[in-house]
Amino acid sequence: MSEFVTRIREKSLKKVVIDPVTRVEGHGKVTIIIDEEGRVERTRLHIVEFRGFERFIQGRPYWEAPVVVQRLCGICPVSHHLAAAKAMDVVVGVGPDGGLSATAEKMRRLMHYGQMLQSHALHFYHLCSPDLLFGFESDVSKRNVLAVAAEYPEIAKQGILLRRYGQEIIRATAGKRIHGTGAIPGGINRHLSKEERDGFLTDIDQMIEWAGAAVELVKKVHSQNPDFFDSFGSFPSNHLSLVRKDGALDFYHGNIRAVDADGLKIYDQVDYKDYLDYIGEEVRNWSYMKFPFIRKLGKKNGWYRVGPLARLNTCDFVPSPLAQKQFEIFRAYTGGKPNNCTLHYHWARMIEMLHSAEVIKELLSDDDLSSGELIRRGQRVGEGVGLIEAPRGTLFHHYRVNGDDQIEMCNLIVSTTNNNDPMNKAVHRVAQDCLTGKEITDGLLNNVEVAIRAYDPCLSCATHALGQMPLEVKLTDREGNVISARRKGSRA
Amino acid sequence: MMTSEKITFYIDEIECTATQGQSILEAADENGVYIPRLCHQPDLLPGGSCRVCTVSANGRNQAACTTPVANDMIIENGSEEILDLRRAVIEMLFIEGNHYCPMCERSGNCELQAIAYRLKILAPRFPFMFPSRKLDATHPGIFIDGNRCIQCGRCVRAAQQIDKKPILGFIGRGGAVRIKASSTEGLKGVDISPDDACVKACPVGAIIVKDTAYRKPIGERMFDKQPIGSEIEARRTS
Repeated sequence: MSEFVTRIREKSLKKVVIDPVTRVEGHGKVTIIIDEEGRVERTRLHIVEFRGFERFIQGRPYWEAPVVVQRLCGICPVSHHLAAAKAMDVVVGVGPDGGLSATAEKMRRLMHYGQMLQSHALHFYHLCSPDLLFGFESDVSKRNVLAVAAEYPEIAKQGILLRRYGQEIIRATAGKRIHGTGAIPGGINRHLSKEERDGFLTDIDQMIEWAGAAVELVKKVHSQNPDFFDSFGSFPSNHLSLVRKDGALDFYHGNIRAVDADGLKIYDQVDYKDYLDYIGEEVRNWSYMKFPFIRKLGKKNGWYRVGPLARLNTCDFVPSPLAQKQFEIFRAYTGGKPNNCTLHYHWARMIEMLHSAEVIKELLSDDDLSSGELIRRGQRVGEGVGLIEAPRGTLFHHYRVNGDDQIEMCNLIVSTTNNNDPMNKAVHRVAQDCLTGKEITDGLLNNVEVAIRAYDPCLSCATHALGQMPLEVKLTDREGNVISARRKGSRA
Repeated sequence: MMTSEKITFYIDEIECTATQGQSILEAADENGVYIPRLCHQPDLLPGGSCRVCTVSANGRNQAACTTPVANDMIIENGSEEILDLRRAVIEMLFIEGNHYCPMCERSGNCELQAIAYRLKILAPRFPFMFPSRKLDATHPGIFIDGNRCIQCGRCVRAAQQIDKKPILGFIGRGGAVRIKASSTEGLKGVDISPDDACVKACPVGAIIVKDTAYRKPIGERMFDKQPIGSEIEARRTS
């Protein structure tokens, strides 16, 4: 038994557990080990769920993947739906660059940007606004969306209606607000009716206005205590996302770009079908979530951040006018260098929400949505990779399909998985800054959750794998001597 | 010997007419009364195996698809007792297979799912059995997913009676009975095509034409707009 565990048993170290972490999607817990002098010795964000999508999709026909795998998540199923559909587009011979019909690509984009809008709204207003509006250590009875609705009814209303708008876009494109069937390998199964399009156009300017107000709200909260906001849980890191060929922010399609903490490009315009040559996955024995890393930098230094902050750090510009203006302010704040402040995820997320609303407006005025070819077929191949920028970051789907149309292999790197190391680092930093030498209170512990929440983690998505993770079970006696141990190995 | 003599009978106190020799189910259909069924298909000889069409005929529970209607017969179709029996039968079909409606490509077009909705089944009362069932994906155009098969036998009868080629059959006995292609190579070894009646006969997602999944958008599928049996009930109101 390690000396560390012995010290915990001898009670010379104190263990603080936050279980469950609240106002995030999925289930996780944090353990913080504090020594005799009240110093934080070790912190860990544990992901305690255990799932099996990569295994039980094996043997199923390939066209089921977009519908089955999206069940990983109820918040951003569209991301999984579309990433799997993009991978299966390749399998049916309709590659990602211009293979789909204009109608199919635009309908999928509309679905995806609708999801970005609703997911970002959900995270900011429903999950995080209580922290930002009432303070991180406010009374626990206030740290919920109902308290926001009571004290800031206009903000709560805007949040709910922005989310509903995004959900309705998803319903019109996928058939249902959650877990629809719109995207199929090689295309889409419906057009957008002119009546629905006109209904959306009526409200879109209001949505853009509210999304713009949300960006200003984040900036206002930031201006009240900029030093605290900038330093809270912050640390330099690499950043990774897809960018369009011209360097623009694009949530639906692009090539991989990774930059370091100073903005130097580690990878640029990497075709994502070769992602395995560039991204590795490490497994550690205390979490069901994997730890991806940039191969070029190795396991120790190759960890990176994904999601809104990373996307605005990697892209060169945002292709919509209002969001571009906000992007310029965002980039100017850190002198054009990557922004490494954890809480600035909120700022980046709201700029993305504004961008999504602007893109939706542009798409809605396109006639390709209501007419045109839906599905295409090409030369069938045995393997497909699909990447997409999900609300929480870069999402990887990779499938191999046999000659009988059955899926033989599935590998998923889910957005939150990419942020595993950064979230653990943020937890450690905040625990050190906020808890050292203090009496632990509920309010203080919420600081740790605030740091995790900034990443908008979806822990249920991130624990999708079965059969690959090491699982260790030990039976010990009262003195801690191991009587029996069984271990299932890892391939990583 | 069958005659064309008209007879009168009653379903849930509604007076109906029928031709001598018709089954209760055929007669009910003609009179615009829907009796749920799974193994019955109008252009096939009755199978009588699923028991979903069980009604009380003159006080005895009978399969409506195989029982001839009789003069002055009193039939209970909508009593709570009969409905509960049907729910139990449907629930047993759900628990003894692996029916994952949320991701099934037949969802919205599936008779089993549609009857469950019509009977307002929320969850089965029996524990799920999670059986290990096989897929036969060897044919380039068609596959059989044993997970979703309810062993109604419509495909077997359609192959024999309409397609005139006994390419599908049952193997195993009792609870282990399964549909199988009549070749050691599986579906690859038989003469089957997407246009065959045996392929179209499947009421669930067990026999599927490859690469046609999810083409019908949600909202336009067979049972999205009205419950199963509505077309039969429309005969009564029209």
